[in-house]
Parts: sequence; C-alpha cells; structure tokens
Amino acid sequence: MNDLTQAPVRDPAYNFAYLDEQTKRMIRRALLKAVAIPGYQVPFGGREMPLPYGWGTGGMQLTAAILGADDVLKVIDQGADDTTNAVSIRRFFARTAGVATTESTPEATLIQTRHRIPETPLQADQIMVYQVPNPEPLRFIEPSETETRTMHALNDYGVMHVKLYEDIATFGHIATSYAYPVMVDERYVMDPSPIPKFDNPKLDMSPALMLFGAGREKRLYAVPPFTRVTSLDFEDHPFEVQKWQECCAICGSHDSFLDELIIDDTGTQRFVCSDTWYCAQRVEQQESNQ
Amino acid sequence: MYVAVKGGEQAIDNAHRLLAKKRRGDTSVTELSVEQIRQQLPLAVARVMSEGSLYDEELAALAIKQAAGDLVEAIFLLRAYRTTLPRFSPSLPIDTAQMLLSRRLSATFKDVPGGQLLGPTFDYTHRLLDFALLAEGEYPGPQTTPDARLEACPRVLGLLAKEGLIKNESDDQGTVADITRTPLEFPANRAQRLQALARGDEGFLLALGYSTQRGYGRNHPFAGEIRIGDVEVWIDPEELGFPICLGSIEVTECEMVNQFVGSATELAQFTRGYGLAFGHAERKAMGMALVDRALRAEEFNEEILSPAQQEEFVLAHCDNVEAAGFVSHLKLPHYVDFQSELELIRKLRQTAEGNRDE
Repeated sequence: MNDLTQAPVRDPAYNFAYLDEQTKRMIRRALLKAVAIPGYQVPFGGREMPLPYGWGTGGMQLTAAILGADDVLKVIDQGADDTTNAVSIRRFFARTAGVATTESTPEATLIQTRHRIPETPLQADQIMVYQVPNPEPLRFIEPSETETRTMHALNDYGVMHVKLYEDIATFGHIATSYAYPVMVDERYVMDPSPIPKFDNPKLDMSPALMLFGAGREKRLYAVPPFTRVTSLDFEDHPFEVQKWQECCAICGSHDSFLDELIIDDTGTQRFVCSDTWYCAQRVEQQESNQ
Repeated sequence: MYVAVKGGEQAIDNAHRLLAKKRRGDTSVTELSVEQIRQQLPLAVARVMSEGSLYDEELAALAIKQAAGDLVEAIFLLRAYRTTLPRFSPSLPIDTAQMLLSRRLSATFKDVPGGQLLGPTFDYTHRLLDFALLAEGEYPGPQTTPDARLEACPRVLGLLAKEGLIKNESDDQGTVADITRTPLEFPANRAQRLQALARGDEGFLLALGYSTQRGYGRNHPFAGEIRIGDVEVWIDPEELGFPICLGSIEVTECEMVNQFVGSATELAQFTRGYGLAFGHAERKAMGMALVDRALRAEEFNEEILSPAQQEEFVLAHCDNVEAAGFVSHLKLPHYVDFQSELELIRKLRQTAEGNRDE
C-alpha cells in the first residue's frame, strides 16, 4: 500500500459500519436477488441514515452491508476524492468501520461513487457502489410507480424509444447527456445513475460487480460482472459519447472526462480531468519519466 | 491551482464550529436548557415527536436545541436516532375512548356525553402580541376543580355508528406493517397510509387538506370530534401471557365526519377521515384526517381527480425528511452532469446554426 492508504481507528460506540447486523443481512439478501436479476429494481427496507436523503444514503447502506474489515475503501463524488461529500462519507466509514481508505483506484476493493466511473479500468475483485437519486429510468415519462413496475414486468419500453425519437425529431440528437438509459442483459431498462453517458461503455462486460443503491426510493439493483450493458439508441442514430477539443490542463489527457473551469471575469475556460486520482498519477508518471 | 474544492476536511470541521457558534448566539445571554425547551415549547416538541416517530420529550427537546430551532432538522435528528433503536414489541391498539382528556370538542353536536372541554387552546385568543411576555414573570393559573371526577367520554362518531349513520371501521386483526422497516409499495393499505401520514409533514398535509376544502377532491368535512389527552400504552409480551401497561402518552385525535355515500342497494351513510398525532397537535391531526378521507376515494367509488386523492402522489411526497434531503442535495456538486449538459447544448446549437447557414 502506498501513502494514500490509511487505516484509522474504529469508534466502538457504533456497530461495525454503523448498521445493525439484521439490517445488513436484509440488504445483502436484497443484493443477492438484484445480482440474480440484473437491472431489476429490488425494493428494500431502507433505513434512515445520519446523512440526508439525496446525499448518498442508498450507496452508504449498500457499502455498510458488504464492507469487511479487510476492505480498502475509496469514495468519489464527481470523480474527485476531495469533494466535500466524498470526504464526509469516507470519514463516516473510517470512523464507524475503521477500514483502510485510499484514493488509488487499483488499490481499492470497494469504490462508492456519485456521478462517475473511474477512468482506470476496474478489476475482477472490485465492487462499485453507485449512489442513485431516481432508480426508475421511466420516471420522467410515467410518474406512477405502479405503472412503471408493470411496464418493466411486461418488457413494455415503447415509450422510452418514443421519447428518444422525439429528441431526435426536435433537436437532431438524443438530448440526454447523463443518466442515459441502458438495457441490461437484453431484459431490463436501467438508470445507470447520473453518470455522464461518457461512462456508459465502462458498464458493459465490466469484470467488476456494480451495485446501485437508492435510499430515499428504497430500491437497489445490480449489474453482475461480465454482463451486457447497451445504451439505448437507433441504427441511424447510434449512441456516442462526449468528446472534447481540449485536453486536460494538468496532465494533458485526451481521453478522460473533463470538467470545465472558468478562471477569470472574461470567461476564459480551462479543462481538467474530473477523475482526480487518474490525473494525479499521470502527472506523477510524467515526472518520473523525465 | 484552480481546483475549487480542496481542503474539504478542514472546511467541514470549521463549518461545524461556525454552526455551533451561531446556535449559541451571544454568550452573555444564558444558554437555553433542554428542560426549558421541553417545558416551554411543548408544541414544537410535539411536532418533532410526531414527525420524528418517536415519543420522547427530552430527546425531541434536545433535537430542537441542536437544530437551533429548525424543526424539520430536529425531526431528521430524531429519526436518525430512532433507526438505531431495537423494536421489542408492537403495542396493543391504544384506546382513545379511555383517554384522560385535557381538551375535547365536537363541531357536530351542541352537547355530547362527557361534554365539550375547551382546555388549553389558541382558539378565541386575540392574536395581539402580548408585550407583557417581553418581561418575565408569573401568570395567574387556571381555575381548577380539585374534586372533579372523570366522566365516561365515548367517542362522538361511535354514537353515530350505533345508529348506522356512519360507516363502521372494522379491525381485521391482521398484523400491521411497519413502513420504517418494510418499504411502502402501492397500492398501500389504510394502516400503511395512516402511518405515512402520521409521519408526514404538517405543512404539506395542511395544504392538501385545505385543497380538498376548496374543491380539489371535495368531500364536505365536519370536525366530528377532536380530543387531546393522555392515553395508556399497553403491550402483550408473548412470554408473559397477559398485557402490561408501559405508561401513558399525550395524543391528539381527530375524526372528521364526511359526505355520505350510498347506492341503490346500500343506505346512505356518512364516512370518516382519521388523524392522530403525538402531543398537542390539532392542525396536524385535522390536516391528516382530511387527507386520509380524500385518499379513501377508491374505497368509496369516488372519481380520483385531485392531488389529495392520489395515493402515490401524497404518500411519496409527504415525508419532510425525504423531501428536505432531496431538495438540499441540489447543493452538492453536479459539475459532471452540468458539463455533460453544456457539451450537449453547445452541440445542439452548433447543429442548428449549421442547418440555418445552409
């Protein structure tokens, strides 16, 4: 382990990883069901966490349920390890579980994320936990849960294709740039959480286990390793990911997801990697090559 | 270096210290004690206990102090604590007909067995700021009758039911689901609905109840009875074989008498809506009763046209901890999604401009 990995001391006032063992078992059972039916939203008895709904309570419950003492945890928000909410969640588990934490993608055994998949390819022994605000990909077309559950059951996804087609008719493009719907294992349409569509291809046939937790909506779902995940599209309008003219101002990367910064009053733009660890280790490599 | 959010840990720590300072205010003024909040802000304590789903006056008062008076935040604190508590037994149904009343009124009958009891209420106070409260001092106590005896106080709607004028509510004796342990699925049953409403935001229920009075799902309500008082809580532990009393809690109960239903085969009957909240909480109990009745539209074959009648809409949005959390999460960074939208909107505009130039 390098110096980015530290094991803190666990606060004995709380059960390991905060949740009680019964609750963890309930969540693990729901997770087994989710893994068995890729892309299917499993209702679970979500608990109230000491963080607000919408701030990662679903992801935290999943992490708490599967975290072991030997795990090495990485938490990112917007791809970065040092955004305030990522810091807060990492501290929560450092305190309640005493597990080692890291910023390094390959060193982590468990990565909890909001809105990004790391640029560094994941490995077979890693688990990704996604924080999900709205687990239902059909929600903005059909607000009723009773209706959308029936639509999933009947494999009735016509409205989704109509919506994407209407985008093309109105704008000339599919006007969804994040939380872009995917088809999992040729059966369930799934919301990949609000990751940019740039990250969608990373879900397809990934060797890592992908778990998704929506605390407020009390739903969880999964993409097991080596599962087909295809982004919805049309033959004449194939799915494509974002591209930038610019490269990262720090590491010079041409193929990572870039965040735009406005650095002065005249609106001068700079672009930098959203994945901070990826960017930092590239800089380190470039320095050692010199 | 232009990475905006560096040093998150230090910033978080200092933000918490600043909050503690703001909460404490001017240190030359005596600090507010939890007991003072409990004793002197009982209605705030009641709301936090109800929507926090935990009857504990001291912890509710502590939550109010910690939240610097933000009741929704205090409710959240109490909920987060409640989740960690073990469930040792469900209670037997509380019998509000046996409650020790501090207030009771019926707007449907001039007199009822047990009488009307005004009790402590803001009703009929003139809402004039009482500048005497700016100064501290003692107030004349109420007149009491020390040798007063408790009278039987049957519930008003029970009297109507005896005559068959109101639909009877029957107990199916089934186990009641706990919506804090098992996720709510739709359609929900009435017990689950009432649980969700009891935890629901007072303001939201008030507004929805109000909307039914203004014609959005109108069902002609009368305040059949509102009663406030102490009621005993009993449990029946399996290993004991007989029920035991745990103590008593203060509750506010509201039963609304609503528009009657009937058909060619069934005689016309009034219907009812039910509201219950911890402590002295009339506005909450009344709002809840109005919404409960509106949500029974399907049961009574009424047309479902208005928000208050739509179960999914009401139950999915009445919880203020969920609502406040999800609205506040908009403060979290969304750089990545916004960047994706920026890229998309630039591309759309480029394509459109390209088409125009052709």
